[in-house]
Amino acid sequence: MRLLLALVLAVAALQSQAALNILACEPEWGALAKELGGDKANVYVATTALQDPHRVEARPSLIARARNADLMVCTGAQLEIGWAPLLQTQSGNAKIQVGQPGYFEASSAVSLIEKPGTVDRSLGDVHPQGNPHMHLDPRNIATVAGALAERMASLDASQAAYYRGRAQEFLARWKEAAARWEKQAAPLKGMPVVVYHKDLSYLLNWLGMREAGALEPKPGIPPSTAHLTELVETLKRSPPKAVIRSAYNDPRPAEWLAERAKVPVVLVPYTVGGTDRAKDLFGLYEDTISRLLAVAS
Amino acid sequence: MHRKLLCAVAIAMAADAALAQESELEQLKRRVEELEKRAPAPAPARGAGTNAFNPDISVILQGTAARLSQDPSDYQITGFAPTGSEGAPPRRGFSLGESELVITSNIDPYFRGQLVAALTPDNALEVEEAFFQTLALGKGLTLKGGRFLSSIGYQNPIHQHAWDFQDAPLPYKAFLGGRLNDDGVQLKWIAPADLFVELGAEAGRGRTFPGSDPNRNGAGLWTLFGHVGGDIGDSTAWRAGVSYLRASPTDRAFDDFDAAGNPVTQGFSGRSSMWIADFIAKWAPNGNASVTNLKLQGEYFRRTEDGTLSYNGAPGDYSSRQSGWYAQTVYQFMPRWRAGYRYDRLSHGSVSSGVGLTAAESPLLFTDYNPSRNTLMVDWSLSEFSRFRLQLAADKSRAGVTDNQVLLQYILSLGAHGAHTF
Repeated sequence: MRLLLALVLAVAALQSQAALNILACEPEWGALAKELGGDKANVYVATTALQDPHRVEARPSLIARARNADLMVCTGAQLEIGWAPLLQTQSGNAKIQVGQPGYFEASSAVSLIEKPGTVDRSLGDVHPQGNPHMHLDPRNIATVAGALAERMASLDASQAAYYRGRAQEFLARWKEAAARWEKQAAPLKGMPVVVYHKDLSYLLNWLGMREAGALEPKPGIPPSTAHLTELVETLKRSPPKAVIRSAYNDPRPAEWLAERAKVPVVLVPYTVGGTDRAKDLFGLYEDTISRLLAVAS
Repeated sequence: MHRKLLCAVAIAMAADAALAQESELEQLKRRVEELEKRAPAPAPARGAGTNAFNPDISVILQGTAARLSQDPSDYQITGFAPTGSEGAPPRRGFSLGESELVITSNIDPYFRGQLVAALTPDNALEVEEAFFQTLALGKGLTLKGGRFLSSIGYQNPIHQHAWDFQDAPLPYKAFLGGRLNDDGVQLKWIAPADLFVELGAEAGRGRTFPGSDPNRNGAGLWTLFGHVGGDIGDSTAWRAGVSYLRASPTDRAFDDFDAAGNPVTQGFSGRSSMWIADFIAKWAPNGNASVTNLKLQGEYFRRTEDGTLSYNGAPGDYSSRQSGWYAQTVYQFMPRWRAGYRYDRLSHGSVSSGVGLTAAESPLLFTDYNPSRNTLMVDWSLSEFSRFRLQLAADKSRAGVTDNQVLLQYILSLGAHGAHTF
C-alpha cells in the first residue's frame, strides 16, 4: 500500500515536472527559448546555423519532433514557407496549428524592413511581409523575448512567474549588452560592405553600415558569373571594406569576388552555432561585431 | 542679493529647460528617423478586402520534346497487363505535359482542403486530388478524405512535377498505373517518439488499377503502411517503410492481340495483393543542400494475384507472383545542376493459368521476358521555381526491342511557394 502510494506520488511528481516541449525553427529562437525556459523547457532546434532556413525539408525527424511539441517557435514572414506548414499538417498535432497559442511567429511581434512595394517572383524569392531575417537587430530580440515569455507563460500557467522572471533578468542583461555593442560598433558606422543574401539587412541597419551590393542577383537566386562580373565593375567605382558571408553561405562566390575587389571576406555566424564563439545569443552578437571590427580600420 | 540669486536660478532653469527641450527634440528626431528607417506599421499579410481569404494557388507548367526510337502509341510492358492509365512515354516531338492547378487552404480551425486539377495536353480536365484533411484531431492522428495520392511506398504521394525523372519507375507503371490516387479515406498516426514512426491505413473504392472500379458497396481497395525515419548526424536523413495493398478487381479487362494477330479480350477477377518496401536517404554536407547534396532512393514491389482470367469470355483459373524494383540516385554537384541515374527492372515471375493459356494465345501475359530500363538525367534549375531537364533512357519494357529515348523537359511553378516534401 505504502509502495503504491509512493509510486502514485512519484508519477504525479514526474507529471508536474513535465517541461514545455518547444520546437524552434531556427537556432536563434532555440537559444532564446532556452534563455526564457531554463530547465522548465525542452528545446529542440530544427535547423543549424550551417543550413539555409529557406531551403530546409520537412524531414521525418522534424515531423516526429513537431508531433510532441507544445510550442513551435518560428520566424514567420514566409521564411519557413517550404517546410513549417508541412510539419503542421503532417504531425497530427492540433496544438501547433496556425492560429493556435502553440504556434508563435517571432516576426509578428516586430515591424519588418524591406517590405517590397510590388510582390512578383521576377524580383526573386521575395517575402511579401518584409525581410524575415530580423534577429540580427538586438531591439527585435528584446521585443520577441517579451512576447515569447508571455506566450510560454500562457501555455504553462503553473510556471508563468518563472518564465516572466527569467525574461526580466534576460532583458536586463540584454539591454546592457546591446548598449555596450552599440558603443563598440561605432567605428562600423557608414562602412560599405558586400553581402551574400539579404540576411544581414537588420544588422547593417542597426549599426548604420552600408550595403554596397549583394552576391545574389536577386534574393534566393544563387550568384551567377555574369552578376559577379558586373558587381566587380560597380565595386571599382565605390570599393567596399569587405565581403560578408553568413556561415551557411557557399564560400566560393564570396572568395571569388573578394579576390577581384581586393578586400577581405568576413565570415559572420549569422545565428547561434555559426562559429565557435556564437554559443548563445550574446556570443552571436559579440563574435559578429568583433569580426566586423577586425576589418573596419 | 536674493534677487540676483533668484535671477540666476531662473536663468539656469530656463537654460536647463531649453536644453532639456532640445535633447527631447533631438530624441524625438532620432526616433522619427529610426521609425522612418523601419518599415511602415505591419500591414495585414494580405489585402484586407474579401479576397484576403483566397486560398494559395499555384500552377505548374510542363512540356517535353521527345525523340523516341519506338512508337509510344504501342507501348506495353511485356508480362504485365495494361493498367489503363498514363504510362506510355510522351508523344514524339513537342508536346505539352500536364498543367497542374493546385489550390490549397485551411478551411476552418478543424480542416484543410486541397485541389489538384490536371489539364491534360489533350484538353481534358482531370481531378488528381481533391481532399480534406483534419488539423485538430491531435494525438498524432490525421484523417483525410476524398481523392488523394495514397501514402504507400515512397514516390506514390509525390506529385509528378516533383519527381527526379520525367516518368514513373517501371514497377509504378506496371503495378499501380503510374501512381495510386483512389477515392476514399486515410487515417494516419504519428507515434509520440523522437524517432519518426508513422502508421496508416486507407480504404478506397478501387477506382483505378489494380482495382477495376467495381459497382458495389464497401471498399474495393485498401492499404496499410508504416514508415520509420530519422537523422544520422546533421548531414543525413532517412526513411524506410513497408506498405501493403489489397484490391478485389472484377473483370479488369484489356484488349490485346494473340500471337497470330487476332484481337482478344482478357479480364481478371479475384484478389490482388501487393507488398512494397521503400527506402530513401538524403545527404548534404552539414545538412545544407544548397551547394551539393545526394539522394538515394529505392523501392521493391511484390504482387500476388489469384482468381480467374477470362479469355474472350471463357473464364479459367489464374494466379501470378510477380515483382519489380528500381533504385535511383540524384546528385547535385553544384548550385543549380543535378545529375541522376535510375535502374528499374520487373520480373515476370510465375504466372499460371488453369485452362492452359500459352504465349500463343496471350503473348503479353505469358512470357519469360523481364523488362528493364536504364535512365540518365541532368537538370538545371535557375531558381527554385524553374527546372529544365535532359533525360536519356534505354527502355526495354517491350520484349525484344529497346526504345532509345531523348527527352527535354521543362517544369515551371507559378504562384504560391511549393512544399519541400522529404
